[in-house]
Amino acid sequence: MQKVAADLTKVLSPERVLWEREHLLTYGFDGTAALYGEAGCVTLPKTVAEVAQIVRYAAANRTPVITRGSGTGLSGGSVPVAGGIVLCLAQMDQVLELDPKNLTIRVESGVVTQKIAELADGVGLLYPPDPGSMRISTIGGNVAENSGGLRGLKYGVTRDYVMGLEVVLANAEVVWFGNKCVKDVAGYSMKDVFIGSEGTLGVITKVLLKLVPKPAAKETLLASFSQMDAAAESVSAIIAAKIIPCTLEFLDNITIRCVEEYAHVGLPLDAEAILLMETDGHPAVVREEAKQMAEIARQHGARAVQVAQTAEEAARLATARRVAFSALARVSPTTILEDATVPRSELADMVRFIQQTAVKYAVKVGTFGHMGDGNLHPTFLTDEKNAAEMARVEKAMTEIFDHAVGLGGTITGEHGVGLAKKAFLPKAIGDASLETMRRLKRTLDPDNLLNPGKIFD
Amino acid sequence: MATQDELHAAAVKIGRANPQGRMGASKYLKHLDFSVLQQCIHCGMCLPTCPTYDETKLERNSPRGRIALMRHIAEGRLEVTQAFGRELYFCLGCLTCETVCPAGVRYGEMFEHGRADIEQAGVLRKPTRDLVRMLMLRWMFTRPRALRAAGRLVWIYQASGLEWVVRRLKLTTLLPARLRGLESLTPQVQRRFSDALIRPVETPPGNRKYCVGLLTGCVQDLAFSHVNRHTVDALLANGCEVVTPRLQFCCGSIHAHNGELELARRMARRNLDAFDLDRLDAVITNAAGCGSHLKNYAHLLRDDPAYAERAVRWSAKLQDVHEWLAEIGIQAPAGSIPQKVTYHEACHLCHGQKITRQPRQVLAAIPGLELVELPESTWCCGSAGIYNITQPEMSQKLLRRKMENIAKTGAHIVASANPGCSVQLQAGARGSNPRLLIAHPISLLAEAYQNSFKA
Repeated sequence: MQKVAADLTKVLSPERVLWEREHLLTYGFDGTAALYGEAGCVTLPKTVAEVAQIVRYAAANRTPVITRGSGTGLSGGSVPVAGGIVLCLAQMDQVLELDPKNLTIRVESGVVTQKIAELADGVGLLYPPDPGSMRISTIGGNVAENSGGLRGLKYGVTRDYVMGLEVVLANAEVVWFGNKCVKDVAGYSMKDVFIGSEGTLGVITKVLLKLVPKPAAKETLLASFSQMDAAAESVSAIIAAKIIPCTLEFLDNITIRCVEEYAHVGLPLDAEAILLMETDGHPAVVREEAKQMAEIARQHGARAVQVAQTAEEAARLATARRVAFSALARVSPTTILEDATVPRSELADMVRFIQQTAVKYAVKVGTFGHMGDGNLHPTFLTDEKNAAEMARVEKAMTEIFDHAVGLGGTITGEHGVGLAKKAFLPKAIGDASLETMRRLKRTLDPDNLLNPGKIFD
Repeated sequence: MATQDELHAAAVKIGRANPQGRMGASKYLKHLDFSVLQQCIHCGMCLPTCPTYDETKLERNSPRGRIALMRHIAEGRLEVTQAFGRELYFCLGCLTCETVCPAGVRYGEMFEHGRADIEQAGVLRKPTRDLVRMLMLRWMFTRPRALRAAGRLVWIYQASGLEWVVRRLKLTTLLPARLRGLESLTPQVQRRFSDALIRPVETPPGNRKYCVGLLTGCVQDLAFSHVNRHTVDALLANGCEVVTPRLQFCCGSIHAHNGELELARRMARRNLDAFDLDRLDAVITNAAGCGSHLKNYAHLLRDDPAYAERAVRWSAKLQDVHEWLAEIGIQAPAGSIPQKVTYHEACHLCHGQKITRQPRQVLAAIPGLELVELPESTWCCGSAGIYNITQPEMSQKLLRRKMENIAKTGAHIVASANPGCSVQLQAGARGSNPRLLIAHPISLLAEAYQNSFKA
């Protein structure tokens, strides 16, 4: 047992300080491929006071603190620094208040996102952000990574639903930012500083979230295209027709093939793209919009458009997109899920570039993603034991990021920088922007204790 | 603070650890195909579905955590340690994680290799544990006649009223706490076993459409031989001739799940010898835990030149009884069972074999039967093979949760297709709901056919 663990058993009850190697190894990673670190100990606080005590100890002893929830991140944001203290908030999972009058819910950071969605649903409300990991990801992690999901185009991302935060700062002070007011301009919007800060500026311990009324109806359509451009043009035309669908997801040909092999949903194997479209809202409007969307897709070269007639059929159509990642993840031992994002208008260009780059470097890449908001998921199907292939993957990825940035896009739409994208960040945002971030970090965490080495060095 | 070595030395002194070593080298995980070990993408989707993680919220108690440990062992970064041993025996082996895994990780296979490593390294060895394992795994569950003889003794104990007297006088309190819990889990042994209830070949009354073999199982044979009889009745009613070899062997799942892979292979070979596959359209099992393992013979014996080919044919013909009946079409019974029934899904049926629809089809085919869905129907009941004996505390928690869910349905009968679950649920019913009946879906179907004649 390292000294740090022995010391912390005086702060927390001993069973909530883990130090056996068989424990530490299991907290050494998150959902990102090929990243690993071994902490000095793992702590499982249950109250904000305990979090503050741990941070105070860390500050006094200059020991790094790595905050995590369920460890589902996709950029290595919660991979431990060697010898550091992992602050796992999974056991701080109390729902504090559901307030239908103000359309808010206040929870501790360790509450699983799905639970928030279910509680909202129970009172006829909706918590829209739906990251792929929501069944186990914690809301604290979602806020720290500013997670997205399938409904970004219409409903936005996690940031758009955070009204307030409780944060433990690097000096162990506990601060509350924000409130239930829709309008509030009293000083800087400090909560926004912490949203998406990846655990580097403070430890988020409580979250106040906004909820919206649940849409009464939803229509689901599936269209297939012989050309990616046709799919992209359909999307542009739909939005130009003043329709904002809640879902506009696409799968490329490799993904279609993998999905078909895995789930046998009857997708056309020679299609270059399929598009899953959903619109939600008032029943009459939704019906009308679905009809229009089908028409637009046909006009722009869709070879087939299916409109779900029943809820079961809608679920069946959505299967293809729902299982896309599973289908790809089975193909090879290592699956690297990326999230290069471009302005919607550049989508067809970006997808074509990804496909060309994959051929150029002889690597297998399936691409699917959120066509409505330009957020792509080029998914590398590889094997981390194959050093030569991993080197080619690295090169292909670099070119893809460069191209995305060149098109006015970003290296990461919803996964964060963490360790995985750190090397790409300077080129993507430029020196001045990076230096401003560094200055902010130095101000809030002068001793570089909170998740050091993430986002930038 | 004491180091791990000091703690171990202290544990040896009070007899709580194996003096020969706290660690060992891996033999099984190390040789497991790397693609199996590496398939996990550590996305965490298994966490919310894992009963042990749900209870403790500790990463190590989750499939993802356990896979990480196994991978570290396979790659030589971690020895097979006592802590690892305790961890893998804390796992239920319910395979829920396999159902939800997006990457298709073969957790069951890793888990069996991990436990085999624990046994060969001897990190959990203790005199009593060694003795029990020797008696159960090496002796009783490899010798069908010994098992039946042991069953006979238990029957005498139960039928003579001795069990009643012992329970009544609370003599069980004389037992050590661990065994006391076990006593209540003793299955009610039947007076007559399968071989006394089923003829070697039984031919359907009308048109003979298929010829199938029947596996009678071990616990099923001793405690639920009537379920085997019902299975034959249901198969006959659906036009199947049923061949039941007299001498059958344990399928070996208890061995595979408890770190004895070589013994498991031996049992598999013996069963392959016992059945004439060419004559049979299918080999039928009615015990979920056995079925899940039996279907795996092809994989288990893939490196055995003498048996590999036959094992492939075996796995192709092996069918769970619900699966088989749903495939050939269930003859609707004329008799009815006007009861409210709920269905508990055995882990090795819904997760191990992905059979969820067919047992419900069997129940739905019974006139008058009202099927009420069970909340959390696929959540383990805590039986998990011999888990209720080795981990009584966690097992009891799961059983309580299951009984609460059953109570919510208001059903009078719980249908369950695995002998382990049935024993566990019977124990649960004794404690919380004495009027609840636990029945195999096929028993209900057979009874409905029976009622046809009465009607």
